[in-house]
Amino acid sequence: MSDAALTPPVEALPVAPVAAQVSIGQIFLEFLIIGAISFGGVVPYLRGSLVTKKQWVDDKEFVEMLSISQSLPGLNATNMAILVGEKLRGAMGSIAAIIGICLPGAVLMYIVGIFYRVHGDHIWVTAALKGVAAAAVGLILFTVVSMSKKSLSGKFDFVFIALTVIAVNRLHIGVPRTLVAVGLLAVLFHRPRKQQKVNGTQ
Amino acid sequence: MNQIPALIRVFAYLSILTVGGGMAAFPELKILTVEVHKWLTFPQLIHLYSVGQMAPGPNMMMIVAIGQWAGGLFGAFVVLIAFFGPTAVLAFIVARGWKRLEKWPWRTSIQEGLAPVSIGLLLAGCFTMAKGAIFGVETAAIAVGVLLILLQYKINPALLVLGGAVLGVISFMPK
Repeated sequence: MSDAALTPPVEALPVAPVAAQVSIGQIFLEFLIIGAISFGGVVPYLRGSLVTKKQWVDDKEFVEMLSISQSLPGLNATNMAILVGEKLRGAMGSIAAIIGICLPGAVLMYIVGIFYRVHGDHIWVTAALKGVAAAAVGLILFTVVSMSKKSLSGKFDFVFIALTVIAVNRLHIGVPRTLVAVGLLAVLFHRPRKQQKVNGTQ
Repeated sequence: MNQIPALIRVFAYLSILTVGGGMAAFPELKILTVEVHKWLTFPQLIHLYSVGQMAPGPNMMMIVAIGQWAGGLFGAFVVLIAFFGPTAVLAFIVARGWKRLEKWPWRTSIQEGLAPVSIGLLLAGCFTMAKGAIFGVETAAIAVGVLLILLQYKINPALLVLGGAVLGVISFMPK
């Protein structure tokens, strides 16, 4: 499905607007900082840094990039790094940005992983982790609610949400097949309508 | 002993499933890492994921710990590349082509159509995780509490997850 976004002919690239004033090092450093301080969700930090502080992208562009990031596979944080890096300095910019944003969390979780392996069965740790996991479930539910408020374009979309959940959790169809099947159905439902006609697809 | 090829296969595959966020891939992540390859147990996976919510940066960095367990430092490195590489390349290609898609009518259709599916996948991932994480009044109360607080107040979610740790100690420490 996301492949569908790539199907139009790829001819010679138009001259890429390269903002030559931003160096690869600056891009890496800025994303490294975001990667190190963005506790509790990357997007607000991205906006604060890229739009407000550095003014590498304007607000409208930021929102546009975010909506692209959300409809592509991949995490918002890394997709945004790729898109902004690409805009600033092409491929090298993308690579600098994604390494920068991933590095601090990766190093931290590497250490946490080792620590957890050694001390994970300590009674204090297990007790704390039960609470942490429960809180994480609450956090994901909140993300579901806020995404639903922001990005749904009609009541019928709840049917697609339900279908997806049932397919994965009840029918155990698996994420890929669900993604393709329900995704196709949903995209077709939201298909471009040129001539306004009443359709009885429900 | 050599888990590297399996790590690459599994995480490159999971990579392309993360439509709308890392949690979308969680049901498959559980099946592949816990049931198929037995790199870790289900509670361990839940714990790593949850602790990962307190870490800065992209929120699936817990995969590094899985890579480390299965294949050491090199395993961690390989997992990072496999998990972030494919979607990064895709995002890069789309970044180049997106402007020209502006007038393509299906672009909006794809965005509008994928929105509910990605929310559904997120919710499905959430339910998968809840099966292991919610097991009684205390854990249910913590989850609902976090949800309600976030709906009501603008507060850093990482702090609430940290608060969950404190409540966990209070609730589950043997007296």
